[in-house]
Amino acid sequence: MVKLIGILIIIIGFILKLDTIAVVVFAGIITGLVAGMSFNEIMKTLGSAFVTNRYMSIFIITLPVIGLLERYGLRERAAYLISKIKSATIGRLTSLYLIIRTLSAMFGLRIGGHVQFIRPLILPMAQGAGESRYGEMQDKDKETIKGLAGAVENYGNFFGQNFFVASGGVLLVVGVMKELGYKIEAIDAAKAALPIALIIMVVGTLQFLYYDKKFDMKYSSKMRIKNDITKNV
Amino acid sequence: MLKDTLTELLYVFCGIIAFYSVYVTLKDKSHPSRVPTALFWGILGVIFSFSRIGMLWGNKNIKIDDTVVGYLIVLLAVLSALKLVKYNKFNESSKEFKAEMANKIGNKIFIPALALAIIAFIVAQYWTKQLGSLVALGIAALVALIMAMIITKGSTKEVAEDSRRLLELVGPVSMLPQILAALGSVFTAAGVGTVIADGIKGFVPQGNILVGVIAYCVGMALFTMIMGNAFAAFAVITAGIGVPFVIAQGANPVIASMLGLTAGYCGTLMTPMAANFNIVPTAILEIKDKKYGVIKYQVPVAITMLIIHIILMYVWAF
Repeated sequence: MVKLIGILIIIIGFILKLDTIAVVVFAGIITGLVAGMSFNEIMKTLGSAFVTNRYMSIFIITLPVIGLLERYGLRERAAYLISKIKSATIGRLTSLYLIIRTLSAMFGLRIGGHVQFIRPLILPMAQGAGESRYGEMQDKDKETIKGLAGAVENYGNFFGQNFFVASGGVLLVVGVMKELGYKIEAIDAAKAALPIALIIMVVGTLQFLYYDKKFDMKYSSKMRIKNDITKNV
Repeated sequence: MLKDTLTELLYVFCGIIAFYSVYVTLKDKSHPSRVPTALFWGILGVIFSFSRIGMLWGNKNIKIDDTVVGYLIVLLAVLSALKLVKYNKFNESSKEFKAEMANKIGNKIFIPALALAIIAFIVAQYWTKQLGSLVALGIAALVALIMAMIITKGSTKEVAEDSRRLLELVGPVSMLPQILAALGSVFTAAGVGTVIADGIKGFVPQGNILVGVIAYCVGMALFTMIMGNAFAAFAVITAGIGVPFVIAQGANPVIASMLGLTAGYCGTLMTPMAANFNIVPTAILEIKDKKYGVIKYQVPVAITMLIIHIILMYVWAF
């Protein structure tokens, strides 16, 4: 039981809003010590895992091109284009991306990513749709758009990927079940992932359209004024 | 071999961006935390560029010892804990300049953005074996950057400045996923997982199918939230709960195990421990709430999906 102290440290650290990195490193050291590892052993385990997981930070390699494009108005252009499409809303755009993202994950296509897609393309489009429909939005609502744009990527990626036979999840299920004495075919495991992949597209879309409704109601006065102006012109 | 060399080269490039931050920070006399900030990015740059530098020419033995890297990580954690890693001012383009350029360059600005995604996809699709998806992303980033420089007529100085700006905006959080992965391996080495599975076993009564299904799905989600990783949770919870409480009661092992895994993903949506999915994006998208800025929108969907998992497993697997 005492080995769980690391988890306790992390939960307390998160509740007290302490520095996450420090809390995690501290929890690792204490857990290791409690389990009887020497300090150098813990350092070696930490260091080795950190180095082999450098791939998790590979997004750094895309920062130069994204930074440069943003300097020269990538977001402004995306916002302008979307503002010309009258029927575009924040919810419809994110839902469309959810469906594309889930389907591509289901077929093993690596289309997506917070760095590759959301920041340069999807978020500016959603922001543009918001501005052209509601005018200047409150800061709180702008944060909501960003949060939803971050979430949509995870929905599609997580629940779509296991329909692909060679995905990491399928291979893991097959491998672990074999260890436990159940022989499973990868193709059957992939098929079992189909319902959830379809369901996430519905559940996610419901959430995004809910926010459309919410914003429509909140900014309804602004929308009416805007429509009147267009009519008069 | 080519794959290993090129992958290592990518890490060297990542390190170089960190080194540029060091250079600019040290030159900036008005920086609020000059030396500690430079130290932070310098150490991170060294770990990225040099920890396996020998791999560049296929020599595994030329590297920084893992124990040394461990101590360096502790130093990074201390700098981060004392809030000494800061950024000062960036040489950013003005709103007017962006609007003017957006108008002048027009839709061509999307070509590099799309090229980044499309090239990464194509290379990964066709040369995964030879190159791997990391190198694919690296190649795409390089081609897209060249295109972007031609289309915008931007200078290399601007590229360097923008790279460092985005890296420093993300800040120490950029290393969080790696730190959490490292924590996971300490947990595994210490045997934390078995303790938890045994603990849950003590609570769950035998012989009730619905209770077993709920224990498996919720157990996957909870343990994933703790570990930040459904893969790490899957082996432990499936062996500890899934097999004895669900599959042994007659569930189809294929359906039960696959739904067990994706029930874990519901946990991934709700935990700050899954930093690369939930925390790093708050930095990438410049969300103010750095811990729960994405998670708070995912929680209702995650809980809905978890309930659907329980129903689906109960109805479909039996």
